[in-house]
Amino acid sequence: MINRLLEPDSGEISIDGVNIRSKNPVELRRSIGYVIQQIGLFPNMTVEQNIAVVPKLLKMPKEKWRQIVLELLELVGMPYEEYADKYPSELSGGQQQRIGVLRALAASPPIVLMDEPFGALDPITRDSLQEEVRKLQKRLKKTIVFVTHDMEEALRLADIIVFMNEGEIVQMASPEEMLHNPASDMIRDFMGRHTGRNNGQPMLFAEDLMRTNVLKVPYSLNTLESIDRMSRREVNSVIVLDEDDTFMGTVTLDTVRERGKAGRKIGELAGDNVPLIDRRMPAQEAFDLLIGSRADYLVVLNEDRTVAGIVTKTSMAKAMGDALWKAVLS
Amino acid sequence: MTLISFMDENKAVILKALAQHVYLVFFSVLLGIIISIPAGIFLSRHKRIASVVLAAVGIVQTIPGLVMLGIALIVLGTGTKTAMAVLAIYSVLPILRNTYTGITEIDSGIKEAGQGIGMTKGQMLFSVELPLATPSIVGGIRISTVYIVSWATLAGLIGAGGLGDLIWTGLATYNTKYILAGALPSAVLAFVFSGIIGLFERLLTPRGLKGGKA
Repeated sequence: MINRLLEPDSGEISIDGVNIRSKNPVELRRSIGYVIQQIGLFPNMTVEQNIAVVPKLLKMPKEKWRQIVLELLELVGMPYEEYADKYPSELSGGQQQRIGVLRALAASPPIVLMDEPFGALDPITRDSLQEEVRKLQKRLKKTIVFVTHDMEEALRLADIIVFMNEGEIVQMASPEEMLHNPASDMIRDFMGRHTGRNNGQPMLFAEDLMRTNVLKVPYSLNTLESIDRMSRREVNSVIVLDEDDTFMGTVTLDTVRERGKAGRKIGELAGDNVPLIDRRMPAQEAFDLLIGSRADYLVVLNEDRTVAGIVTKTSMAKAMGDALWKAVLS
Repeated sequence: MTLISFMDENKAVILKALAQHVYLVFFSVLLGIIISIPAGIFLSRHKRIASVVLAAVGIVQTIPGLVMLGIALIVLGTGTKTAMAVLAIYSVLPILRNTYTGITEIDSGIKEAGQGIGMTKGQMLFSVELPLATPSIVGGIRISTVYIVSWATLAGLIGAGGLGDLIWTGLATYNTKYILAGALPSAVLAFVFSGIIGLFERLLTPRGLKGGKA
């Protein structure tokens, strides 16, 4: 509706105070980025042509849009030389949707609409695309209107969640606010059991929220090898273990870049800026801690101070989702 | 006298008939293309009437060529132009149908994307829909052409010339050699046209649609 592919039955939509009905639909659409679930790349055009479609419609000179294509491809780690002349049919689903996102961004519209853009992708690809969208958003400062049915995705990406049901806005709030003060039972259900009232359902603990597949390295591993392992796992921090396998600290990629020296032990860099929690910490406390502390994750320890796992926003949302489905199905 | 030496002896006649035949087919199909591609585009924008129109054209297609020629003869008189008009009508259906389906079967996501990023209808047509429908449209032209090569032999009946002349002469005089002298070049012509259009089809198909080179 925002780009007038559909017209509202009633009411009006304004962008920067201007009613969109007073605008020419074609021009309006060119000023709004658009990403759809079916991706919809033009199969008869190359990657470069697809990205440059809107700049070309806007009659941008060639040198300028070429520069844009170059920069955007760089931004998502798809080198121009390798990808610009490929056709959509030669790309994977994830790569195609990356190009779909870039096409929406190419004319640098202030607003980008994303209509369940990652709904058709496998979970791993979806994760990395969500991450990229978040990075792009931080960097390019766009207003992104993102439609999703995936609560995890909403919690992960949104500054403000607008919860809609049957065409009505039920609640509009930040993710934290929505989790703490859901406006209706339906939202509470959607959010799972992290919303205060428990209704006699079994408690969840930190150990239920964590994921156990975590990159851990021994104290004595050298710095370069640690970086190598991080990049192989595509993570940007690592847990360092003491000689007796107990938790020593964490090291982020940034720390290594700033202070790391080749040939030194990773343990020398280990810091303790990540909250440590016990396996049996109630889930809600763990949740508050994670949201409140601005840390990327929490480290869950066993009683003997060995590492049980970590709680990330993703693992938490996943656990919430599972619990919700169990509750719904039972 | 063998067929070969017969054909050799009548080379001039056969070649002239062949040239007439090519001329007849070429312009009939061209006329058909000029009618049916715009019509197909129009129908793809008006799907409600499309089924009716396509059914109607399908019915016309089932009228025997001989009948159609007869009617045209009464209305338009003898000659090449009459034959061309009739043949053009017969060439319409495959091209029309393939243009229509070629455009309407484009993935809805692609159309939504095109519209959503602000393409006008004309831009959609020329930079997305027609390129994507090209293989289908050219396929239709190929079917029509092969078809018209054989139907054009009927045109001999109303004095339009072409290879049909030889065939009808042969039939009238029980002369197999005449019949074959008309039928064989006609068959070869169908092959050659089909091959040439197939080549065009490959040249015109956007590279991104050929796939499988990843």
